[in-house]
Amino acid sequence: MAPSFLFSQFMGGLTTAMFLFLIASGLSLVFGIMRVINFAHGSFYMLGAYLAWQGVQWFHPTGVGFWAASLFAAVAVGVLGAVVERLFFRSLYGREELYQLLFTYALVLILGDVAKFIWGTQQLSVSTPPVLVGSVQIFGSTQPFYNLFMMVIGPAIALAGWLVLNRSGVGRLVRAAQMDREMLDALGANVGTVYTGMFVVSSFLAGLSGALVTPIQSIVPGMDVLIIVQAFIVVVIGGMGSLWGTFWGSVIYGEVLSFGILIFPGFSLFSVFALMAVILIVRPWGLFGRPL
Amino acid sequence: MTTETTATRTAAETPAPGVRVIGSGASLWSRVPWTLIIFVFACAVPWIGSRYNAFLAEQIAIDALFAVSLNLLLGTTGLVSFGHVAYFGVGAYVCGILMKTYSLPFVIAFPAAGLGAAAFALVSGYFCVRLIKLYFAMLTLAFSQIIWAIAYKWNDVTGGDNGLPEIPFPNMDWMNSLPLVGDLKTADRFYLLSILLIAMSLAIVHRIIRSPFGRVLTTIRDNPERAAFIGVNVRLYQLAAFVVAGTFAGFAGALYGIFSRGVFADYVFWSKSAEVLIMTILGGMDYFWGPPVGALALVWLNQEITDYTEYWPFVLGTILLVLLFAFPGGILGGLDALWSRARRVRRA
Repeated sequence: MAPSFLFSQFMGGLTTAMFLFLIASGLSLVFGIMRVINFAHGSFYMLGAYLAWQGVQWFHPTGVGFWAASLFAAVAVGVLGAVVERLFFRSLYGREELYQLLFTYALVLILGDVAKFIWGTQQLSVSTPPVLVGSVQIFGSTQPFYNLFMMVIGPAIALAGWLVLNRSGVGRLVRAAQMDREMLDALGANVGTVYTGMFVVSSFLAGLSGALVTPIQSIVPGMDVLIIVQAFIVVVIGGMGSLWGTFWGSVIYGEVLSFGILIFPGFSLFSVFALMAVILIVRPWGLFGRPL
Repeated sequence: MTTETTATRTAAETPAPGVRVIGSGASLWSRVPWTLIIFVFACAVPWIGSRYNAFLAEQIAIDALFAVSLNLLLGTTGLVSFGHVAYFGVGAYVCGILMKTYSLPFVIAFPAAGLGAAAFALVSGYFCVRLIKLYFAMLTLAFSQIIWAIAYKWNDVTGGDNGLPEIPFPNMDWMNSLPLVGDLKTADRFYLLSILLIAMSLAIVHRIIRSPFGRVLTTIRDNPERAAFIGVNVRLYQLAAFVVAGTFAGFAGALYGIFSRGVFADYVFWSKSAEVLIMTILGGMDYFWGPPVGALALVWLNQEITDYTEYWPFVLGTILLVLLFAFPGGILGGLDALWSRARRVRRA
């Protein structure tokens, strides 16, 4: 196989990985602190995409339409996250995980239909922002600027997240809440606010990733339940609640999917699910996570 | 954080083991043979109702068996499986492939569906029961998605995206000689056959839950540590429950494939596992008849509501919210509470 072909497969995998990382980082964040798989994370992502499309319709004439729309979508979804956490999720802490899982699933059902009700069932698409139109040749393979931009955004968010979590006072609170909620509460910290904050950040990231994916993927109903499984696999591979774990988990997912197509055509989907099952069996807490 | 969310329930919360009966103290009520009445009524549907009634009843019955098999894990053993649809799907595909591709009779395909589902439950369950709580739920989800990926992509065997349409009905010529039944159409005959098989399956599951084996499962649900202390091999029992639950899910899947005239990859998608969980919780997972009641309620509601609006998921989500926040015991749990309150008032 030609090296340029392998390189382009590699870059394709990396692009997938960076999108998945954006989505999965929020999922992992909420799992790390609340110990629950938020199925509605995929719905937040979908809402982000639809809101970005809506924003582009509104802000289009201004020239910075796409960026304003993305920010608008991310903030709106973040606010929605705050409402969901304050009104509902809060009263489910301490209940069996079955109820928490089903609650997030109820959100999937409701938000999916709300999106259908507002935006209909036809495909919507958003054009690439003018600044990032075009592509560049690297080692004989064509790389669109937008994909390269994503490869910068992904690691930047990982780095920023790591800095906040490990080098700031807020991060210390979050890590403390992760380890022992009651003790942190007893020490006088406002644990409720920390939880709401984490949920908002997580929803914001979901909304942002939904907005950023619109130039390369069309917006369709059902994108919520498809993406959540992928994000879930990434989080399981990397390790729940570990930011770098999620980062490397997405890279592994992207590359396995990308090269799996070459090795078993048609079965690359199977290979990622099998990879997740193997990791859950051997190391249930993931490659970079810690046992509960 | 983890200790307070523990799934172990105290004896005070769930006094009866595994199976609760509504109003079990009232003698007249409990002497009525409800099960028999329901069975006879279900069998009579092709004569007293329309084809559409029988269609709905069959869907309810199949869903009921599927949900009861899940509840063997959820309510009886305390295992939250988020991938139970995998075994339903394996059963549907095994039966469908044997009957359509290899033209084997139903007498072979149906047991084979159960066996296939049991075999996959044995392999996947072996790994799943090593994990606890959320990790267990996630691994079951992972296995069900593996089955989905195979169903979706393995075109030569499963039909991939197109699925396996037009699965033949079993040969039911032997019914010709039976009185009354001889005049029925094929679909109604298959309805009777399904009701019979489902009733037998439910009876077996009921027997299993009431057996010493079932009591051990309930013990494990209530407190796995203590169960281990008194010498119970917790994982082995959990695995056994997993295989039994998988087998009956496989039977339900086999019937469903023939009933809906085809097997498609959609049947195995993860959201179906959530739907059967909702059925179980809606009816009440502390009761043997909870899942069937949930199946009845959901199928009926679905029919009623889709006449008015296409937004059935929205309605289902709202029902689920109300259920989670207001009636965590489900329909039967709510009725049970009402019943015991009424009795207390009457005595006072």
